[in-house]
Formats: sequence, structure tokens, C-alpha cells
Amino acid sequence: MAATYRKERLDRGIKARSDDIFALASYRDLAYLLLPRLLLIGGLLLVPLLEGVLGLYWLNVILIACTIALLALSWDLLASVGLISLGHSLFFGVGSYIAGALNYSLGWSPLLTLPVAMVAGALICTLLIYPILRLRGIYFALITLALPLLFMRVIEATKILGGTEGLSSLSPLPGQPLVLYIVLAAVLVCFFGYRRLIDSDYGLVLRAINDNDRSVMASGINIYHYKAQAVFIAALPATFAGAFLTHHYRIVGMPAFSLEYSILPLTSVIVGGQGSFAGALLGALLLVPVSESLRAFGTLRVVLYSVMLVIFTVGLPEGIFPYIRRKYHQFERPVPVEEGS
Amino acid sequence: MSASSILTVSNLTKRFGGVYAVSDLSFDLNPGEALGIIGPNGSGKTTLVNLITGFVKPERGGRVFFRDRNIIGLMPYDIANLGIARSFQMVRPFTHLPAYKNLVVSLFSPKVRKFKGGKYGDRDEMAIDLLEEVGFERDSFVPYKAAGSLPHGYLKRLELARCLALEPDLLILDELFSGMSMSEIASILPLLEKIQAEGTTLIMVEHRLRELFRIVDRVIVLNFGAKIADGAPDEVMEQDEVKRAYMGIEVEPDA
Amino acid sequence: MIVSILIYGLVNSVILILTALGFSLTLGLSRVANFAHGGIYVSSGLVAWLLLRRVGLPYPLALLLTVLISGLLGALIYRLILIRVRGIELSEVIATFAVGVAILEFFRWLGFVTYEFNLPSFIPGRVDIAGVLIDYQRLFIIGVGLVLALLLWFFSHHTKIGLALRGIAQDEYTALTLGIESDWAATLSVALGSSLTAVAAVTILPLGIISINTGYDVLLIALAVAVVGGLESTVGLVVAGIVLGYAMVITSNFVGPQWMMVVYLVAIVLVLAIRPSGILGQFKELEERV
Repeated sequence: MAATYRKERLDRGIKARSDDIFALASYRDLAYLLLPRLLLIGGLLLVPLLEGVLGLYWLNVILIACTIALLALSWDLLASVGLISLGHSLFFGVGSYIAGALNYSLGWSPLLTLPVAMVAGALICTLLIYPILRLRGIYFALITLALPLLFMRVIEATKILGGTEGLSSLSPLPGQPLVLYIVLAAVLVCFFGYRRLIDSDYGLVLRAINDNDRSVMASGINIYHYKAQAVFIAALPATFAGAFLTHHYRIVGMPAFSLEYSILPLTSVIVGGQGSFAGALLGALLLVPVSESLRAFGTLRVVLYSVMLVIFTVGLPEGIFPYIRRKYHQFERPVPVEEGS
Repeated sequence: MSASSILTVSNLTKRFGGVYAVSDLSFDLNPGEALGIIGPNGSGKTTLVNLITGFVKPERGGRVFFRDRNIIGLMPYDIANLGIARSFQMVRPFTHLPAYKNLVVSLFSPKVRKFKGGKYGDRDEMAIDLLEEVGFERDSFVPYKAAGSLPHGYLKRLELARCLALEPDLLILDELFSGMSMSEIASILPLLEKIQAEGTTLIMVEHRLRELFRIVDRVIVLNFGAKIADGAPDEVMEQDEVKRAYMGIEVEPDA
Repeated sequence: MIVSILIYGLVNSVILILTALGFSLTLGLSRVANFAHGGIYVSSGLVAWLLLRRVGLPYPLALLLTVLISGLLGALIYRLILIRVRGIELSEVIATFAVGVAILEFFRWLGFVTYEFNLPSFIPGRVDIAGVLIDYQRLFIIGVGLVLALLLWFFSHHTKIGLALRGIAQDEYTALTLGIESDWAATLSVALGSSLTAVAAVTILPLGIISINTGYDVLLIALAVAVVGGLESTVGLVVAGIVLGYAMVITSNFVGPQWMMVVYLVAIVLVLAIRPSGILGQFKELEERV
């Protein structure tokens, strides 16, 4: 009689020792923890130097991927507090237009417009969203869906801010590879910053609000203030991304509020895995280049994103990153099933 | 409303659709008292707690005075910061985090920050202190164990600690004893007595009557949202209407 | 002028009500927010067009088949997708929204974007009412709207199936103990909602061309009407439709036609900020919701 086997999953020795760290036992432990992070930082920082290998076109694609990554990270933070945004283009568009308008009307250089658009944009978006925070999550999703469209229609109707033509001939950003370093720096700061934030005590409050908001309220905490703070903090990279691309393309128009800037980050996070921020980053860095290589398919790409979104939401809600992480931290081995047990 | 009462509930009514969860309820509570609220399932006990603590808004005309201040309409977090803490029946901590980490959230309340002030920096230390108050042995591993691995009795103590972080004047416990074994209850009773001795007013919503009566000296019985009795435990349990509410239809003894 | 506004306002109101009806029905009967609503609307129109112009069926038959096919589509969406994320409200929204986008953009990619894609009116021509010229199609819309609203009210309040579905929406466990299968009921209500949406689509689309972007507007209109009127209230739906319908027509006349579409978006934002349970909302919990 042949023995039957089952698969058993065990934490790798290093992982078992390095959880709940108070002290590292060896350089090997240290390397185990640092390796993924170093790979990420090193890998990303190397990319702009590979212009010769990849060509300017692909460097540009990576630049776009980074801006989408900023949007995805932003989305992930909101999701960690329990706010699911169906219209992230709201933040993107507000940031875009503020930078564009400041540059167009007042002649401010990108050195000024970028930070101002980032902060002012985040403030404006937070104020717009604040009244909705008291309602069930689905209403937040609704508002994020409606507001970008509303802005688009208002711009179209009033013809302000350039109307349907938008504002063009805006100041440019420095060329490659410097510009890529700028956005890469933003991505890395945002990524590690958000992870730090969510792991801190403050982040714990945010996660508690998502998990069990009544208990948090009963502890005397105004959850709406914290949600608003989370919206503000989440908005920053998104408005920055908008302002950044405005100057990169040297034009801002109604497409800044388009569905594409809502669907792409959403799909990136769902595919990569919500909650870890690494998933959001991974998703964006995967999806954008892939979609770029499928450029020949034109609008079919949006169809593909949507289909992927459905498949992952329904079939693999955790996303890809948790799978990778599990492989890194655990190993599987077949173990004979005891008879008669 | 007597001048010295800490809590006055006045004509509180709450309707859900066609059902009256709480029906014209009124009572006073003096500082330092220990009040038990009992009644069969569905009698409105938890709704009453939600009404007092701001999680549910009553129908018009209902008032709740906490130290002469009407707290109806205030948000739960404002009520908590005024001095009313409540526990929840279902305790849902972060299972993978250490027990003391779960308390850190409650240390963010404005009231806690104001009074524990000063060295606000070390929240972890404050959390361990709080856990010690509720019986987690300081020098043991227990405060550092993952909350998911704690026995049920300890989870309830954790919830109690969360309430105590607010240093409340009125502590409302919603079925603290539920799911606890006799020995767990026996070991938590001295803690409750100590809390009461320190001057905190106590309201306990309970099903475990025998254990409850060892702590409280006054009991209000609810049935279908209305108050049907109010007094000392042994007197109240003798009343016909109370017996009928708990037992259902009176059983005629065989002739 | 006044008469014109009165009549066109009414037509617009009924259009809004019809558009939102399918969405609201599904939401009210089984608490499923089907964000693929816009996709179903436009695809109904295009399917009708295909049956009429490519397959060559007589118009009434094409319409009937369209309604059935849309119902089937709804049932499929539930069975294949929604059923797996049931209860996780936000996954339901994301998944159905993505399905809607996929449908719409797929048709856009296939090229259904030119002027030739339109549906003929049921009865061509117009008639003069009190000095205002109005197409028969628009009168049809009013008629269909009224009939459907009445049928719907009757169905959900007076038939066994309708009551069963509402029972499930209110209290699933109890309904289950009474032998009402929740999944079957939900499938039915999503299918019904889709069919209704198809009816709305084929009645309204003859007024213009079938444009893909209408799909996104339709979803937001349905949401606006549902939110303004109060989720899960049929009377609220009608009232909201009338309020918004007239608001849009009046805005179009006095402020400018390009502002018309802004109205319902502003309505969503305002209502959610000020009175989230809607005009006739039954679930005051939304405001009380702490």
C-alpha cells in the first residue's frame, strides 16, 4: 500500500526566529530581512541608468508606472482605513489642475507648483470628502465616482481652466534620467513612509477604525477626524502624481479626471494585493509596462484591466504579493499521512 | 431629577420600525451606586446602553442627564470623554498583536492625553500599567502574548482595561460575564469591587444573575423595553411580574 | 414656454425614473448594488440594434428578445460573479463596476460608436399638445414608465414572489427558515432588474443615438435618483425622478443646456452631505449611523 502524502507548510527557521524581533541573532538573519528591501531600492535606483539598454521609450513607461504606483499606494492607504475609492482620478485631477493653473496664470516654476499643488490639492480633496465620512463605505465610493465626473462637466460647461482644450505649453521638467529619479524618490519615500505609518501606533488607530470603529469611538476617539487625516495623508502622493504628470506632459485638460486614473491604480492594488503597500507597488510596476506593450490593442486594454479586476476581486482577492511573501517566508514539504490516525 | 444623581434617564424611547425596543424608560442613578440591568432576551438592555452612550438616537422627548448635562445628541466619543465608558459584548482585539498593543488605541483619546499627559511619550508603558490594573501579571509573558492566544477571561479583562483607560466616572459593562467560567468570574469580582470602592459608578447589564447580585445592590428589570421593577435584588426577584417575564406563562401547580 | 417645460420636464422625469428603476429594484429586492447597470443599459440597446439590423428580426420581436437576453445577462452576472463576493459590499461594487466598464469599453473597442447606431421610434412622428410639439416616442416613454411603476409596485407588494424577495432583503435568516432560497431570489432580482433596464433602454434610446458614454451617465443617474429619493423606497424613486427631472429641464432652459448634466451630480453630492437617507429615506440609520 503506497503512502499518501500531504503538503505541510512551515515557517523558515529564520522567519520563525525573526518574528517579534528584539535582537537579531546573526548577519544571516539581518540579510534575510534586508534583502527584499535592498533589492527593491537598488533595483529601482538602477533603472534610470539603464537608458542605453532600455531606451528612452521604456524609461518613460517606467515613469508612468511610478506615477500610477503613487496613485496605487494612495489607494491602499485609504483602503486600510476602510475607504474604497472608485474615483482616484479626483485627487489626480485636482493636483493636475492646481499645478497647471499656477504655472499658466502665475508663471510659477514646477519647483513651486509641485509642492503647492500637492498640499493644496490634498486639502481641497479632504474638505470635499469630509461630509461623507460619516456614512457607510459605499457612499464614499459613490462620491469618489461622482466628483471627478462633476468636475469634468463643470470645466466643460464653464470653459474655465482652459475648458475642453485645457492649458498647454506649461513649463517642463528636467529630462531623463533626472526626472525619473524624482518620481522614483517620491515612490520610495511614499512606500516606506506609508509602511512606517501603518505599523506605528497611529497606524494602529487607523486600522482599528477599519476593523471595529464602534470600539474606537467608545474609547473617546473622534474617528471622523482620523479618517479625514488619513484622506489627507493618502491624497498627497496622488495630487503630487497629477501635478508631476502635468509638467511632464506640459499640458493639463479634462482627461486628468478620466476613468483611466481611477481604474489603473484600483486594478494595480487588487492584482498586487491590498494591505501591504508592496502589493500596490508590485501591481503598478507590473501592469503599466504590460499594458504599454499591449498598446496595439488600443481601448481593449481597459477591457482587459476590468476583466482582470473582476477575476482578482472574485477569485484571488488577496492578490499576488501575499503569495510571493508566503513563498519567501515559508516552505512546503510533503509529509506522509499517518495511517489509522 | 435629583440634584445629586450622576445619571438621570428620562422618558427614553426607541423604536425600530414597528417594534419598541425601549419604551418610556426613566430612572436615576446616584454616584457610587452599582446598578444591575436585567431582563429576558430582547428586553432592550443593550439598546438602553447604546442610547445612553450615544450609539443610537432616541425618539423625541427622551433625555439622558449625566451630571445635569443632557447628553442626548452627543457623539459616542464625546460622551466617552465626558466620563462614561462602556464595554462591548463581543471583544474583537487584533489577534496577532500582543495584548498590550491592543490598548494603545484607547490611549489616543483627548481625555487620556490630557490627564495622563506629561510623559505621554511611552504609550507602551502606559498600556502595561493598565493591564496590570486588571490583573495581567506585569512580570509575566501574559501582556506580551498575542491577543488571539489569550483565554476568554483575559480578553474580557482586556476590554475592561480599555474602558478603564478613560478613568470613567460611570462604567457600563454589557454582559461582561458572558462566556466566562465560574472561576473566571470569581477572580474578576474583586476587581469590580475595587473599581466601585474607588468611587466609580457601575451599571452592569447581565444574564448571570447569581454572580451579578454579589456586586450590585440595586436592580432594574426590563421587559419588552419597559421597566417592570426597580429595587433590591431579592425584593425584585420575588415580584410576580418579574417571575412572569422570565418564566413566561405562570404554571398552575397541580391541585 | 411653461407648458413646454411642464411637458418636457415630465418626460425627463419619467426617463430618469425608468433609467433608475432596474437598479433600484435590484437594490431594494436583494440589497445588491449592481454597478454594471450602465453596461447592461447600453448593451441592451446594442443587442436590440444587432437583432434588428443584422439579424433582421421584426422590431417587436427584437425588443422582446433583448429584454430576455438582458435578464439572462443579469442572472449570469449574479451566478458567475456576485455570488462569490456576496456580503462583501465593496467587493460587490468593484466587481460589478468592473463588469460594467468591461462591457462598455468592449463595445467601444468593437466600434459601436458612430451615428448609424440608433434605434427607430416605435411610432414615428409627433403630435401637438397644447401648443407644444412632442414625439410619440416621448409619450410612449411616459406611458411605459407609468405602467412599469404600477406593475412594480403591485409585484413587490402583492405577489408571492415579490413579497418573498422583499422578505429576504429585510431578514435573510428568517426568510431562509421559511424555505426561501436566498441565492435563487437574488438571481431573480438581478435578472429582473436587468430586464427592466433593458426595457428602459429600448424605450429611451430611440430619442437619440446609442452612445457608449451614456453608460457611465446612466449609472450615475440611477445612483443619483436612488440616493436623492432614499434607497429602497419606490415612492422616493418617483419623487426623486420628478424633482431631478424638472430640475434638469429648468436648468437647461434658464442656465444653459451644458449644465443639465451637472445637476444630478451636484444632487448626489448635496444630498449625501446634507441628508444622506434621501428625501423619503426609510433608513434614517444612515444619518443616525454612528
